Amino acid sequence: MYKIVEAAFLAQDIKKFVIEAPKIAVKRKAGQFVIVRIDERGERIPLTIADSDTGKGTITIIVQGVGKTTKQLNSLESGDAILDVVGPLGMASHIGNFGTTVSIGGGVGTAIAYPTAVALKEAGNYVITINGARSRDLVILEDEMKACSDEAYITTDDGSYGFHGFVTQKLQELIDEGKKLDFVLAIGPIPMMKAVAEVTRPYGIKTVVSLNPIMIDGTGMCGGCRVTVDNETKFACVDGPEFDAHLVDFKNLMDRNRMYQEYEKKALEKFEHECNITKQAIELEKSN
Amino acid sequence: MAEMLSPKERMKIQRQPMPEQPPLERCHNFEEVNYGFTKELAITEAQRCLQCKTPTCIDGCPVNIKIDEFIQLIVDEDFLGAAKKIKEDNALPAICGRVCPQEEQCEAKCIVGKKNEPVAIGRLERFVADIEMAEGVPPAPVTAAKKGKKVAIVGSGPAGLSCAGDLIYMGYDVTVFEALHELGGVLVYGIPEFRLPKEIVRKEIANLEKLGVKFERDAVIGRTTTIDELMQEDGFEAVFVGVGAGLPWFMNIPGENLVGVYSANEWLTRVNLMKAYKFPEFDSPVLDCRGKNVAVIGGGNTAMDAVRTALRLGAENAYIVYRRSEKEMPARIEEVHHAKDEGVQFMILTNPIEMIGDDDGRLTGMKCIKMELGEPDDSGRRRPVAIEGSEFVLDVDIAVVAIGNGSNPLIQQTTPEIDVNRRGNIVVDGNSMRTTKRGVFAGGDIVTGGATVILAMGAGRNAAKAIDEYLTENSDWPEIH
Repeated sequence: MYKIVEAAFLAQDIKKFVIEAPKIAVKRKAGQFVIVRIDERGERIPLTIADSDTGKGTITIIVQGVGKTTKQLNSLESGDAILDVVGPLGMASHIGNFGTTVSIGGGVGTAIAYPTAVALKEAGNYVITINGARSRDLVILEDEMKACSDEAYITTDDGSYGFHGFVTQKLQELIDEGKKLDFVLAIGPIPMMKAVAEVTRPYGIKTVVSLNPIMIDGTGMCGGCRVTVDNETKFACVDGPEFDAHLVDFKNLMDRNRMYQEYEKKALEKFEHECNITKQAIELEKSN
Repeated sequence: MAEMLSPKERMKIQRQPMPEQPPLERCHNFEEVNYGFTKELAITEAQRCLQCKTPTCIDGCPVNIKIDEFIQLIVDEDFLGAAKKIKEDNALPAICGRVCPQEEQCEAKCIVGKKNEPVAIGRLERFVADIEMAEGVPPAPVTAAKKGKKVAIVGSGPAGLSCAGDLIYMGYDVTVFEALHELGGVLVYGIPEFRLPKEIVRKEIANLEKLGVKFERDAVIGRTTTIDELMQEDGFEAVFVGVGAGLPWFMNIPGENLVGVYSANEWLTRVNLMKAYKFPEFDSPVLDCRGKNVAVIGGGNTAMDAVRTALRLGAENAYIVYRRSEKEMPARIEEVHHAKDEGVQFMILTNPIEMIGDDDGRLTGMKCIKMELGEPDDSGRRRPVAIEGSEFVLDVDIAVVAIGNGSNPLIQQTTPEIDVNRRGNIVVDGNSMRTTKRGVFAGGDIVTGGATVILAMGAGRNAAKAIDEYLTENSDWPEIH
């Protein structure tokens, strides 16, 4: 069992957890992930490690409640425990002194872009960050991103905060201003990563994306996480999760990630139904 | 006690059939297919053994179980004694009795088999092991003095478990590291419940725990901890690497990443380990097979497990698609028979060349080509050759690729001193199981490539002997080539 020592919502449906996992905390490098299984009946899902504290022996993960498992995870509080946390898995981000780098996080993807932005800063790069969200109340890690950036931008789709528009528009603006960008790392929803790849492609800017396919073991055994990169099959868990954005087959990734859509819907409905029953039972008990 | 029979009388007895769940019933459930021998059946079958002076069956057994002796104990109705006798050489008989390819091993060498069908050694092994388990006989206590030396075992599959079992009896302090959340390796994620009930694996592991073997789950050696850290920081004086093959091969044909194409590992792991057949009671799903066409590509035991799983999940048509003929199939004969009885359709001499999908990237069909057998290849089997112009499309919704496994790269990535060959298998010195890194031994599928449970167990036992020798007598580490 892995104890949760801190749990707090950063935005609606986005929750930060600090979990006791000393071995993983010591080992993890930016870009790596853990596989989490909440309980005996749970599925195994990959979650990127956002941060770690080797002194306290903890890792931080940031979770967006979308499906059954992530919503169940987000119902946990400090003091609760997670049955299985395995890692650190995947290859660490390829960090070097590239020159001027742009780290782009879309939505909860910012939680993954953040540790690599920190690592890029430590490696001596001029770090630009673009932190995108749908609206102001969904912006996460604003201070953290600012702290590791030479230039930090926030974009919101509805213009309620920062730059009004998509992260790609901000990126295009930087390029149009004549900034010489040497390296772009984009993490977020698949359409966003695909759009970033298309912005940088004509300029030949080295661009990397972190992929989040469906996984089971996370050690190369099942092959469920295979992605098509440069027309070759790669396993995201052992060859990735980061790949050259200009070579990734995003359509294939999107199709594969939708594989269990109807099952996920069913599982979520069942979970929410059970939650409601529990809530009603608690209220009934209170009123009695 | 059963009466003594003359060899002539023994030869007259027919091989006793295994009682089993009726095919049309069992293809709808995940319960074990074979019920196992009754006492009467076991004694009758045991009487077929000629008790040869030089039993050739023993040579056919990778761990040289004293087959003649344990069979005689069955005739004498000393079933627990028979189980004990097997355990002198094989720590996990309830498992081996179920999954060993006996027809290629002990039973292939049986003298009775020259004229009649061979003695059902595997079924007898299973029978006594099950009786011992049902009676709850505790494992023999460890009598060896504690050696005060720590040995790490990487992987809790058949190789690791048998190595741990032997080392604990020698007095070592043994810890087994497992990457998954459940112990047993391929015995729990790969082999389905209907062929090897998980309860049996759990009991065997519980016995090892009682003896003092320590188990760490969720521990990915090569990631969570490296072999160097185990040896330098955690005080392990020797390490046995028995991680299995564990990197599924695909065919590298167009469309292989379409939705609906699985590796056998993923397919079986979802169903066996993650219990997807109980979705949504359990969270992990597997694509609904009801009314669907499922093709499994390959002819080994894993392919048979995968296709019979598809039937149990409700597949309308479940196909085995295999590029050679049935004779070349590596699967146990019993599994092939069971699959056929259950309604699996065999498409032999057929090779998939393309997976076809719709606009949503979902598999709709598999383009195949017919094959014929040519000259023998490196494996000694006749090479399949494509028949020009024989292409056709098989309508399938789900395809499972069961053509074997490459070797997992995680350990090699962080321990480059451990040499691997060009296929990624760890290189060991044949007899001593030593790798190119001092103190590190390896065995099982990570060394041989995909093989059998019993070969892995044999390797685990050899490694235990070699580790004992290294830690007590001779710590030389000659150069390994």
